[in-house]
Amino acid sequence: MKKIAVIGAGPAGIEASYILASNNFEVTLFEKSSSPLSNILDKAYLFPDFSSATELADKLSAKLLQKNIQVVLDKEIVDIKKDGDIYKLIDKEEKSHIADAVLIATGYTIFDAHRKEEYGYGIYKGVVTSLDLEKMIRHKQIFNSIGDIPSRITFLQCVGSRDEKSGNNYCSKVCCVTAVKQAIEVRKALPDAEIYIFYMDLRMWGQGFEELYREAQEKYDIRFVRGRISEASATFDGKVQIKSEDTLIGQPLKMNTDLLVLMAGMEPSQGTKTIGKNCHIGGEYQFISSQGAHIQDNLTTMEGIYVAGTAKRPMSIRDTLTDADSAAVQIMMDLGEKL
Amino acid sequence: MQNLFHPFVLPFVLGTIILFAICIWKFIRWFRHFDRLQRAILRKNIFSWKIIPALWEAFREGLLHIRISRQNLILGYMHRSIAFGWFLLIVVGFFEAHLTPLNSHPVWLAIFYRFFIHEHHLFASSEVFTFIMDLLLLYVLSGIFIAFCKKIYSKAVGMKKTTKHVLFDHFAKVSLWAIFPLRLLSESLAANVYQNGGFLTQSIGNFFSPWFAETFLTTSWTMYSIALGTFFVALPFSRYMHIFTEIILIYFRQMGVHEHLERTGYTMYELNACSRCGICIDNCPLNKDLNITNVQPVYFLRDLRYKRGTDAVADNCLLCGRCDAACPVNIDLLAIRQQERNKREQDHCDYSYLNNIQPFNAIGRVGFFGGCMSHLTPGITESMKAIFEEVEQKYWFLDEERTICCGRPLMQQGYLEQAAELRRKNSELIKKSKISVLITSCPICYQSFKNEYKLSIPIMHHTEYIMKLLETGKLKLRKDDLRTVYHDPCELGRGCGIYKEPRQILKKATHLVKAKHEKEESICCGINLGDTLIDIRQQTQIRDAAMNNLMYKNPDQICTACPMCKRAFNHATDFPVKDIAEIVRENMIKK
Repeated sequence: MKKIAVIGAGPAGIEASYILASNNFEVTLFEKSSSPLSNILDKAYLFPDFSSATELADKLSAKLLQKNIQVVLDKEIVDIKKDGDIYKLIDKEEKSHIADAVLIATGYTIFDAHRKEEYGYGIYKGVVTSLDLEKMIRHKQIFNSIGDIPSRITFLQCVGSRDEKSGNNYCSKVCCVTAVKQAIEVRKALPDAEIYIFYMDLRMWGQGFEELYREAQEKYDIRFVRGRISEASATFDGKVQIKSEDTLIGQPLKMNTDLLVLMAGMEPSQGTKTIGKNCHIGGEYQFISSQGAHIQDNLTTMEGIYVAGTAKRPMSIRDTLTDADSAAVQIMMDLGEKL
Repeated sequence: MQNLFHPFVLPFVLGTIILFAICIWKFIRWFRHFDRLQRAILRKNIFSWKIIPALWEAFREGLLHIRISRQNLILGYMHRSIAFGWFLLIVVGFFEAHLTPLNSHPVWLAIFYRFFIHEHHLFASSEVFTFIMDLLLLYVLSGIFIAFCKKIYSKAVGMKKTTKHVLFDHFAKVSLWAIFPLRLLSESLAANVYQNGGFLTQSIGNFFSPWFAETFLTTSWTMYSIALGTFFVALPFSRYMHIFTEIILIYFRQMGVHEHLERTGYTMYELNACSRCGICIDNCPLNKDLNITNVQPVYFLRDLRYKRGTDAVADNCLLCGRCDAACPVNIDLLAIRQQERNKREQDHCDYSYLNNIQPFNAIGRVGFFGGCMSHLTPGITESMKAIFEEVEQKYWFLDEERTICCGRPLMQQGYLEQAAELRRKNSELIKKSKISVLITSCPICYQSFKNEYKLSIPIMHHTEYIMKLLETGKLKLRKDDLRTVYHDPCELGRGCGIYKEPRQILKKATHLVKAKHEKEESICCGINLGDTLIDIRQQTQIRDAAMNNLMYKNPDQICTACPMCKRAFNHATDFPVKDIAEIVRENMIKK
């Protein structure tokens, strides 16, 4: 049986491991933290159908029970070396693990909103990230800085994505619809609150997204303002004052809000950056670069090393799972016994 | 009586007359364009004791080129040997000629001495003179040799890029370089014929056959004279005009004359004092990181001098002042660039919003001005508030609610009227508030308040203020274990000369480590308001270079004292970047 090493036990890593293991490959799945699926478990509900993130995580975790999968937790792979036909995965303790092919599924990390100091994340208590809000939604406790139920909540899109200053010129793809999803959830929890979303342009690219956007306006009374927020400051009563411009009417505006939610974008995770750098397969913005945009999208520039999911570029969970399937098929085609 | 004339001296004599005529004409013309204030300053100081430092600096910089030596020893030697060596050749030659007992001493005698004077022992110590003259010639030739090497491989003298000269400068340079080898040849041939050479010329002369020496003696001296004449005629129109201009510029500068908002005759002196040594090229981040090679002061000043200046060059500058700090002639490069940026026609702007801002009675408080940039880095303003509260200092945060810019960014882009309007409003607010001191956390505002406002209260940067709190014991710090590197902001360091205070504070609060280049040589963060022509990608390239410079000793955190630098670095990376106020706030021992 051929041995495949998969790095990263997120949706992509688990999905690909399951398919490979079911097709007579011996899979070792390496995960640097002590439990799988940590990024998914940060979320409460998933767009566009408001299904539970925990349920999806459970379904994915169940796939790990496949007998050909060996999960190695707390093991950070930092480098991959090719030795003849086999690949040596070097972990942080400099021990090596052998495989016939490697799949990188090291994923993303959320943009550190501290870097955009003008929004005051970490300085004003009323400023949170989309991830923080997701936790509040999960625990059904949406509070502002002084523990009151917020009467006005403002979302700001594109924090750390489509932003030349932070060097992330790309679109993180999922934040637009996430904000719409979260706004609807907030509306359900706080029927009387005013909810604003400040955006550059809303990219409702997926199935059901556009409908969700329309519903947010018509049914849930969420107000969309085209404009970026230039700065945030604290008011004497513990609120956050934001300065922006409504670019559709060309008016500068200043308003107070109880909660400012920064829709932080996706960046390559530290693991993605490390492997990309050490194996020389990193590309723009330190994501892993694939060989081709269309049919070779799961191949890296190094033979025998494959890539799936958000290690490559920002993706939704649905796209990640599809991409993992395609990576698994690619590996089976390349390594499986041919008829 | 000896014949002390030969037709070959004519090119030299003619060249000298033309040289001095043109120089004097130019100097007078520029002087007539001095503005009133500059004339008044000059009249006041012209015969004061200031002449002593002026002479000293002229000697140091015009002849010894000490500042260039600080850049690179070999480069300094090169300039010194040519300037000082030639100067000594003229002086010693003059004495040699005048000590020789003759009925007349024509001006060219010193220059062509060995052609006309053949006898030894015409006066006491004449052999010593012969020796010294040879030694000096060798000294100058060594400089010319290095200049030649620099032309081929400039890195040998510590220059990555050298100036691309215009054709006319090349022409002047070739004639300059020809002078001394020709002098050596001529004197050697004369030594062969008349046996009047020194250790160098005589030994070289002896190589030639007497026939060769006699045949080519006059030709060689003629060529020497032509080379001199050509160089002298070319000098006032080429970069070598700096030789005389620099001396006069040093004198004016020591008298207290300086650049004004408009271009004056003094600017003409500055433009012509540039020797186009090209030291500014390697110091310019636009060259180093972006490979933009036509905007550096050397080209900017040259274009202005030849009346070919363009806005594209004047505006493409970060105003980081690194060239200004490195310039061996100390030309006020930033002021000249500012003059060129100043808009002749002012756009109309609406200032009515200024009327909505009311003064505040703040007797007994200190004023704190965050500035536009500190509003984008609330970590700084929050820390300053915490520090004020810790030392129980009542303060008035001038621009907490409604922000008025200090005006400097507008000024840097040449909008003088608009900037003045903002200054007027800010001054009014400050004066009516009766604050005792104005503290700002932004070096841009600091420089603006300090230099462009005429306020009667002390202006302090927050590093100065914190230092004062530490000195008086009002604030006490504990020391943490982090290795911190300090980034000198351009406007605070090179702009205002504040290097000491932030370092003293950091030494009390944390472990200070060095950057690769710091203080005067610190590298601009790139994302500033000086340059509106480069795009964000180019700005980030400069920023990354500045980051690399700071990461030299693998620090744990970066500290700066400017909101703009902080933002620039913070956007780039997850690496901790803090303002000095934030580090002080973290480490202050609470009462």
